[in-house]
Amino acid sequence: MVALVLNDEQRMVKDSADGFFASEGPVAQLRKLRDAKDADGFDRGLWAKMAEMGFAGVAIPEQFGGAGLGMVAAGLIQEAIGRNLTLSPFLSSAIVAATAIAKGGSDEQKAALLPKMASAALIVALAADESPRHAPQHVATRAEPSGNGFRLTGAKPFVLDGHVADRLIVAARTSGAEDDVAGITLFLVDPKADGVSISRRSMVDSRNAAAVTLEAVQVDGADVLGTVGEGFATLEAALDAGRACLAAEMLGVSAQSFETTVDYLKQREQFGQKIGSFQALQHRAAHLFCEVELARSVTLKALTALDSGDARAPFYVSLAKAKAGDVAKLATNEAVQMHGGIGMTDEYDIGFFMKRARAAGETFGDGAFHGDRVARLLAY
Amino acid sequence: MDETAELQAFRAETRAWLDANCPEEMRQPIEGDGDVCWGGRKVRFKNEAQKLWLDRMAQKGWTVPEWPKAYGGGGLSRDENKILQTEMRRIKARPPLSSFGIWMLGPALLKYGNEAQKLEHLPRIARGEIRWCQGYSEPGAGSDLASLRTSAILDGDEFVVNGQKVWTSYADRADWIFCLVRTDPSAAKHLGISFLLFDMESPGVSTSPIKLISGYSPFCQTFFDNVRVPKDNLVGQPGKGWDIAKYLLTHEREMIGGMDMGSMGRDSMHQMAKKAIGTGKSGRLKDGLLRADIVRHEIDAMAFGLTMERVKDEAKAGQGVGALSSMLKYYGTELNKQRQELLMSIGGSDSLTWEGEDRHDGDMAKTWLRSRANSIEGGTSEVQLNIIAKRVLQLPGA
Ligand SMILES: Cc1cc2nc3c(=O)[nH]c(=O)nc-3n(C[C@H](O)[C@H](O)[C@H](O)COP(=O)(O)OP(=O)(O)OC[C@H]3O[C@@H](n4cnc5c(N)ncnc54)[C@H](O)[C@@H]3O)c2cc1C
Repeated sequence: MVALVLNDEQRMVKDSADGFFASEGPVAQLRKLRDAKDADGFDRGLWAKMAEMGFAGVAIPEQFGGAGLGMVAAGLIQEAIGRNLTLSPFLSSAIVAATAIAKGGSDEQKAALLPKMASAALIVALAADESPRHAPQHVATRAEPSGNGFRLTGAKPFVLDGHVADRLIVAARTSGAEDDVAGITLFLVDPKADGVSISRRSMVDSRNAAAVTLEAVQVDGADVLGTVGEGFATLEAALDAGRACLAAEMLGVSAQSFETTVDYLKQREQFGQKIGSFQALQHRAAHLFCEVELARSVTLKALTALDSGDARAPFYVSLAKAKAGDVAKLATNEAVQMHGGIGMTDEYDIGFFMKRARAAGETFGDGAFHGDRVARLLAY
Repeated sequence: MDETAELQAFRAETRAWLDANCPEEMRQPIEGDGDVCWGGRKVRFKNEAQKLWLDRMAQKGWTVPEWPKAYGGGGLSRDENKILQTEMRRIKARPPLSSFGIWMLGPALLKYGNEAQKLEHLPRIARGEIRWCQGYSEPGAGSDLASLRTSAILDGDEFVVNGQKVWTSYADRADWIFCLVRTDPSAAKHLGISFLLFDMESPGVSTSPIKLISGYSPFCQTFFDNVRVPKDNLVGQPGKGWDIAKYLLTHEREMIGGMDMGSMGRDSMHQMAKKAIGTGKSGRLKDGLLRADIVRHEIDAMAFGLTMERVKDEAKAGQGVGALSSMLKYYGTELNKQRQELLMSIGGSDSLTWEGEDRHDGDMAKTWLRSRANSIEGGTSEVQLNIIAKRVLQLPGA
């Protein structure tokens, strides 16, 4: 079993990510982008720097222009993103889409797309979910044979960063019934193609998704990612990479909210004493400390399991996503509560963490989804 | 329980009157704060129906059904008011008027105000003519409210008020403020406080709005710079304001605790979940874990609803509410917060939308975010638990 400690290389990634995001992508930047109602919703200059740092290619194999550092390293970067709430297409493109292409793509597809993704020249987004509650096998979007390829028709209401994507990976059904795992095929789709319409949805956490509709969109046979009818395994692998990184991000959100709150408990006075001297708050802070430690362990385990190709990786990923989600919800709610009135103000940053915890918890399956998956994988 | 003939007659009359007088527009679920009528000098009615509904209800005294008729109320008994409320719910009638005057100041004035003060202020509250705000919290005095420092020094027939309040809800839209001030700086903490009423248009009052995490700006910083207030505007005795402040808080806490429980005319949570998620064989919600969370919440919510009812009945029967208002505030707000979390989960990724193309985009998330304040405003959950530990349980050192 791989030890649950960071190796030297991973520690270096952690140090550089922590420093980089604190100085280059702090919460103040998110606030500015939000207030300006920025059309992209992130800073392209920062995204280019993330590529220079090797972050954008962290999960992309070296032979395709990436750093090939794997998921633990990716998770460390995402954790730093969570601490600073940095906006970028890291999760959607560098993790989820890159994993789908690296796992399911042909050599030509990899060579054509991955180097550009690693250099931040190309953003690829996954268009999978069709219902508001995550259900990856629920695919009603149809792909019907047409010419030398397929014609796609359907709706994808929640495509992360779909508003800035240069390419979409669309899950569509080539056979089977709506909830069958078999019969799902992944397609590379140009968002500018005839029949694709994209409308931006800005979200509570100042991130963006797009509602994508496909109306008889013609794709070439060469645009199939992987094997026809067997896209689900690739989809799950991409989702699991995303889920594990979301757990890492929520860990960052939790840890940062927790530390900010502990600082506040040491400063704010009421009844002639620091509020941190009240045992009612001390115990809650101490409890939160334990919870954050648990979230850290499950997250590291999930990322490690993905890197080592552990067959139980999906199980650990769901464990991490569920637990880290619960902890982030608790940590951010406690943070607001222990700040009192000031925690409710937009001017103070803590609310942004609560908003991100909610959205990250919801994305790619919430506690109920992953709790169910844990139980299923334990066969009960 | 069988209704007496008198109450039966009252129910029939009330039903007929409501049917004839409640405009159709006022029988729709409340979609946002814009649909709530707060009254006041600066009132802007959303439509003619909202104004008509307020006027008709105020005419009957039914904006404040249990207040005496002499002060603009309906003079109804508790039982009659219960009937009125059930009949209003039956047709999904919106409350004609919502205000801090009704929920907070009114009850305090009824108990502590002199006759002149009651006659001056209560009818205007009942008719929705004057909108009030609450000047309690200060930057250094939140949970420790009694450490407040805003001063009011007597100068001839007037108090001169100086200081700063914070988190003053709707201060920029209110006409008058009920304000806690320190009239005796030399007295012990709780003994130097007085309860003062004044017009927000008085020279020297200024407000600056603060934005909430929900994006709304309902509360303000409020500044007083040599504001002159007639000395007759002091309620009760000088230096006895703390008792009034606490009495008012019990009403505020019951109000906040009871908020949103029924969610006026809306589907219950499990109905919403069924619509959003769907049911499988034998009618069970498709998501088993969420189903368990929802039913546990609904059990607590129903138990809490019954507790509210029992506490009110007991109060009417002469058994004081007292520290139980802390229980209602604590439990009710924690439940509402949980309810909003669950509604967000039920909505899934739809609930995350902030801005999109639909008029209602962002409503769900904004309501969720606003509800986070329920366990802070009106005294935090921790403060309520402290009060229960101290006054109800009389635990040592509490
Ligand atoms: C939306 C909103 C509307 C409001 N409207 C009004 C209004 O109209 N008028 C008005 O006057 N005020 C209003 N308030 C203010 C509200 O009453 C205060 O925010 C509240 O009393 C808490 O005070 P504080 O913010 O200073 O927090 P603090 O008192 O600084 O509390 C910080 C944290 O410490 C905890 N704490 C403090 N003391 C103890 C203790 N002894 N034991 C355990 N824990 C403790 C608190 O529970 C909290 O978690 C509003 C607040 C909000 C959020």
